[in-house]
Amino acid sequence: MKKLSILASPLIVIWLASAAQAHWVYVSNEKDDTISVIDTETQEVIKTIDVGERPRGITLSRDFKYLYVCASDSDTVQVLDLATDRILHELPSGEDPEQFALHPDNRHLYIANEDDAIATVVDVESRTVIAQIDVGVEPEGMAVSHDGKWAIVTSETTNMAHWIDTDEQVLVDNTLVDQRPRDAEFTLDDKELWVSSEIGGTVSVIDVETKQIKQTLNFAIDGISSDRVQPVGMELTRDGKLAFIALGPSNHVAVVDRSTMEVVEYILVGRRVWHMALTPEQDRLYTTNGVSGDVTVIDVNELKAIKTIKVGRFPWGAAILPKEHIPG
Amino acid sequence: MTQNVWRTGQAGLAALVLLTALPGQAALSSDLSVEIIYIEQQPLRPPVLSNLVGWPEDDGRQGARLGIADNNTTGKFLRQNYQVQETIVETDGDVAEAARAALDGGAKLVVLNVPDGAVNLIADLPEAADDLIFNAGSADSALRDAECRANVLHTLPSRAMLADALMQFFTKRRWSSLFLIEGNRPGDAKFAEALRASANKFRLSIDHDKTWTEDADMRRNAAQEVPVFTQADAYDVVLVADEDHDFGHYVLYNTWLPRPVAGSTGIEAVAWSSVVEQWGAAQLQSRFVKQAERSMTSRDYAAWAAVRSVGEAVTRTKSAAVEDVRDYVLSDAFSLAAFKGAKMSFRNWNGQLRQPIPLVHPRAVVSLTPVEGFLHQVTELDTLGIDEPESQCTAMGRTTE
Repeated sequence: MKKLSILASPLIVIWLASAAQAHWVYVSNEKDDTISVIDTETQEVIKTIDVGERPRGITLSRDFKYLYVCASDSDTVQVLDLATDRILHELPSGEDPEQFALHPDNRHLYIANEDDAIATVVDVESRTVIAQIDVGVEPEGMAVSHDGKWAIVTSETTNMAHWIDTDEQVLVDNTLVDQRPRDAEFTLDDKELWVSSEIGGTVSVIDVETKQIKQTLNFAIDGISSDRVQPVGMELTRDGKLAFIALGPSNHVAVVDRSTMEVVEYILVGRRVWHMALTPEQDRLYTTNGVSGDVTVIDVNELKAIKTIKVGRFPWGAAILPKEHIPG
Repeated sequence: MTQNVWRTGQAGLAALVLLTALPGQAALSSDLSVEIIYIEQQPLRPPVLSNLVGWPEDDGRQGARLGIADNNTTGKFLRQNYQVQETIVETDGDVAEAARAALDGGAKLVVLNVPDGAVNLIADLPEAADDLIFNAGSADSALRDAECRANVLHTLPSRAMLADALMQFFTKRRWSSLFLIEGNRPGDAKFAEALRASANKFRLSIDHDKTWTEDADMRRNAAQEVPVFTQADAYDVVLVADEDHDFGHYVLYNTWLPRPVAGSTGIEAVAWSSVVEQWGAAQLQSRFVKQAERSMTSRDYAAWAAVRSVGEAVTRTKSAAVEDVRDYVLSDAFSLAAFKGAKMSFRNWNGQLRQPIPLVHPRAVVSLTPVEGFLHQVTELDTLGIDEPESQCTAMGRTTE
């Protein structure tokens, strides 16, 4: 037996190397205190990692070595080492961190502290808080512009997108949007900021130059009460052609053609769809479905749901690790 | 925080006026200062059997204060400042007299947390004629119907809405035969009436309709008395109309047939409860507990929603004029995000805040209503409560046929 295993070992190495044909999708399970990892080739959960209490927002470091996890009820941001699946250390995050965004400098993490109406800026290298900024009631969505100039916090009960100047770490402006803003996303050219409003049922497209709303997107799905159409997570494709808007308890994802700014498709997914992640090739979209406890895989070219993958309880955030960065 | 105590010489009346604002936020630094008058009189609560039943003495008041705090957090980005002036009238005090003093001089924004009979007593005062009043304390259906007033909106759900919420759930569960027990207090009669009307509306049958007559101490006798009182061949659910919780809790698990209990105990229809935690509600709950050191009640929620409605109108219109606030909150543009999973707005034909109604037991939400499948041409939320075609309210500028 021993002899056989020695013989076989080079083969295993080759097989492992070629196995990294697929990306890994990290999904936070809010009510299981775990992260599920999905292989995009087999479309199956390949491992489940224990993390802190009530994990919600997750984001990868720019060098793809770490996953930052908002462990909301542990009042901390955990740093998960992707090579070992162990928590390396915890960052001082302020109370109840929900979502965050990493600055392009790979150092400054902007964290929304939902219970305290503040945003905390943490230096992930020195592991210190470098600023805390007063924002509106229930800060939620976080975004940093691609040029690193702006950090955006949305506040759910104040109904604003707050503009933070990242050089000075001060709040400089506010844009009033519709009820209960959730997610914020910059377009790749940083000319537009998109903000979804869950209860307002809209997406506000804001001109970054003037900080004024230039367009409001509305959604209507046949046979579904407008009360249930509640925009939450958003993903914009890098080619600038499409935008995907998760519509919460309507159980659909809207597809917006950005050349006409019209909704071209509503894709049925699992129950209460929250957040999403696009693969590096932009050909697959993974949605977290909170109530049904699964992930829907959408074929971006066909605009069709092609697979449902069971994960943990109340999947919330999603982040995709490109195959070339998969450890081992 | 400034505070002054105000008493009249009149016997039986003692009112406390409090002015609260967020610390460190001087009104002078704001462009727009918004004052809300809060008038409270806790209802008379006769003794009940259980020593465990109780109501917070600041029921409703803490909700208004949280609404002010929420409005100010938003307001600081818009140079708006909100304050509440609290007038607290003792249970046996003269609430109209206190309201007259509090509402004197110009149009005002008012939150009322007073018993059923006092709402229109205040709304009809000459001092209140130009005011915009939010009723956050009375569930009386008549105030949203034939007795409605042009200057009164309602953020607390009516008994009719609560009854409809229960009946929708019974319909879904196919509990079609009901056993109703009505208590002996005025509120119980109104709630029982709402339950009968709602059962009729949803074509459920109240096959047994009894008034609670037992005056034995149920703390000792429930296991002997309740089975006999509820003896019947068949029923699917027992409904209890017992708003003060005098006897209802003792009915549970002692019914002749092993059936669920609903109404004032068991499965309760409420505006709010500490068990509501979906739809971001956990954040509101934790903000409230931090402030009030107790859990949030339906009246707290209604007062909070009233103050937040004002905040929303002022933010969107950039005006604190009572007329502008009224126009905006009754318009199609208004919507309030209020942690129950659907946007809320006011029925502009009777002033009621349309809202989902959670059905709860003490430890969890049983179901959120409207129950899926009950459809409506305007919004599914209008399947709860008196609907426009049957409404007798004409004061809001609508005519009945």
